[in-house]
Amino acid sequence: MSASGPRPRVAIVGAGPAGAFAAAHLLAGTGGPEVDLFERLPTPWGLLRGGVAPDHHEIKRLDRSFDRDVLDRPHCRFFGNVEVGTDISHSDLVRHYTAVVYAIGAQTDKSLGIPGEDLPGSLPATDFVGWYNGHPDRRELAPDLSGERAVVIGNGNVAADVARMLTLDAGELERTDVADHALEALRQSSIAEVVVLGRRGPAQAAFTSAELRELGHLDGVDLRIDPAEVELDPVSEEWLASEGTFTARRNLELLREFADRAPGPDATRRIELRFLRSPVEVLGSARVEGVKVRPNRIERDDDGSLRARPLDEEPEMIECGLLLRSVGYQAVPLPDVPFDERRYVLPNQLGRVFDPSSGETVPGVYAVGWIKRGPTGILGTNKRDAQETVACLEKDLEAGVLARPANPRREQIDGLLAETVPQMVTAEGWRSIDELERERGLREERPRVKLASLEELLSAGDTR
Amino acid sequence: MTYVIAGSCIKDDVCIEVCPVDCIHPKPGDPDFETAEQLYIDPEICIDCDACVEVCPVDAIFADHETPSKYDYALDLNAQFFAERAASP
Ligand SMILES: Cc1cc2nc3c(=O)[nH]c(=O)nc-3n(C[C@H](O)[C@H](O)[C@H](O)COP(=O)(O)OP(=O)(O)OC[C@H]3O[C@@H](n4cnc5c(N)ncnc54)[C@H](O)[C@@H]3O)c2cc1C
Ligand SMILES: NC(=O)c1ccc[n+]([C@@H]2O[C@H](COP(=O)([O-])OP(=O)(O)OC[C@H]3O[C@@H](n4cnc5c(N)ncnc54)[C@H](OP(=O)(O)O)[C@@H]3O)[C@@H](O)[C@H]2O)c1
Ligand code: SF4
Ligand code: SF4
Repeated sequence: MSASGPRPRVAIVGAGPAGAFAAAHLLAGTGGPEVDLFERLPTPWGLLRGGVAPDHHEIKRLDRSFDRDVLDRPHCRFFGNVEVGTDISHSDLVRHYTAVVYAIGAQTDKSLGIPGEDLPGSLPATDFVGWYNGHPDRRELAPDLSGERAVVIGNGNVAADVARMLTLDAGELERTDVADHALEALRQSSIAEVVVLGRRGPAQAAFTSAELRELGHLDGVDLRIDPAEVELDPVSEEWLASEGTFTARRNLELLREFADRAPGPDATRRIELRFLRSPVEVLGSARVEGVKVRPNRIERDDDGSLRARPLDEEPEMIECGLLLRSVGYQAVPLPDVPFDERRYVLPNQLGRVFDPSSGETVPGVYAVGWIKRGPTGILGTNKRDAQETVACLEKDLEAGVLARPANPRREQIDGLLAETVPQMVTAEGWRSIDELERERGLREERPRVKLASLEELLSAGDTR
Repeated sequence: MTYVIAGSCIKDDVCIEVCPVDCIHPKPGDPDFETAEQLYIDPEICIDCDACVEVCPVDAIFADHETPSKYDYALDLNAQFFAERAASP
């Protein structure tokens, strides 16, 4: 980068893990650009705060590194409570920054596309996760926990997280940063059984073995698996032997160990894992009363992948009062920014966004994280992903292919924001929210007690 | 003795960068890296220097005798990763 002249200015949209890793890379040296981090919530760190399960508090400690490597660095500013596309537009950003990096994640859920899916009591895990993690948009969710049985569709780590959160002992929950409204509701919960359904078999489950192991070791919870469910069909057997991962082998060992275990004498709640079953219809008149599921078998497709194929058998009905579909997150397009309608990502090459109709790169626009590669991967995946995007951005800066924006000075964007966003939360505002939450936590022997409404967050984050 | 990595690893490779004896695997670019749910420490090579513990942002690394009981499985699991890796063609 040239030593003379003002530093180029970069806007990162979305302060989740991907935006944070990208910012940290850009800010790591001494001669790098200035970074402004735009975030629609008053709080940073995306799914680290609003997704990672409250009882995984070690993982949440990553926020200390983000604070240190991003917000505490010189040349970095946080613009919280600013939604790009609503409060300020893509073209506003292009006018004020040399480069814009989208790190907006996947804000909604993938639907099942079956009848009855939208009945009251049938929810995306996405909403439930936001609710127990104190996401201000999900505060009013009020999931009905008065039934005895909940069904969770999907075999990923999010399915494991929600099954665990529904059965975790109240004493354990009380020591986490779970949102207070959720803590209260979960204490009163009548749910005694959670049935988790995978459309494919035990060898294809997407759980990490760490999450699966946890499900089998919860205080007061029996993990039930019918031994017949973990016998492999020949196709899966062959796949596991030839292509199976270390995790898939561990998962199968764990599942078999759990299937052989006698039920715990003191268990008051159960989690049951069932495989090779797809939901075909959500049943109920005014609200969810059950779900109709159809058995599958595993078949190898022409492309080599293993797919669930429906068996010609009568569907079975599982009664439940709550149905959580946990079949993946999905991104939402932003006005005036290219979007791949099929893959639900910003069309990009190594992070450089291109226009799908012309195939031409959109100069100065980049993507990182779930909006770049789809809604998979753990926290560290976003670090390597951010390295790739930032390497492109730095190369483009160096090559001088990025145009100087029309309004390059800080004061210009500050002026615009002052006009359009009455209650912006700065890094200082976030620090006072953080401090207040931790202080409240200290008193209750919890890592933090979250402020879980927009009003509380904005008032604590108001440092004017 | 050795150090071990528990299941709360977020795979951000910070420990790899500081390990003086290169005993943390898989590494970015290895064929089994993308599918690995966490990193593992090779107990045959680890020299117990503690460098990785200092840098791990989520405190996922422990000296084997100090591993919390909920991660009892981790010592065997880390060793098993290298045993299976050595056995695979
Ligand atoms: C329930 C759940 C639990 C998880 N648990 C773990 C775990 O235990 N360990 C692990 O390693 N990984 C875990 N992950 C994976 C990890 O959280 C993701 O890999 C990571 O969060 C993706 O980062 P991201 O920045 O792309 O997206 P996000 O984390 O979603 O961040 C996107 C950010 O952009 C903001 N934003 C969106 N639109 C706009 C806009 N228009 N304007 C301004 N800001 C906007 C959002 O508010 C959000 O803060 C979990 C994921 C989920 C869903
Ligand atoms: N502790 C952790 O490390 C942690 C915790 C939470 C999340 N995460 C990560 O965050 C990412 C997202 O997690 P996720 O659980 O949302 O996604 P995921 O891992 O992709 O799992 C999605 C699950 O939904 C199933 N599914 C998809 N469509 C379906 C349909 N129409 N009917 C029935 N089942 C369907 C999938 O089955 P198929 O396999 O058959 O498609 C799969 O089991 C993952 O990378 C995950 O590892 C990590
Ligand atoms: S303790 Fe030292 S030698 Fe052992 S894994 Fe950590 S850094 Fe490497
Ligand atoms: S530093 Fe910690 S979290 Fe990061 S890869 Fe190593 S063990 Fe995993």
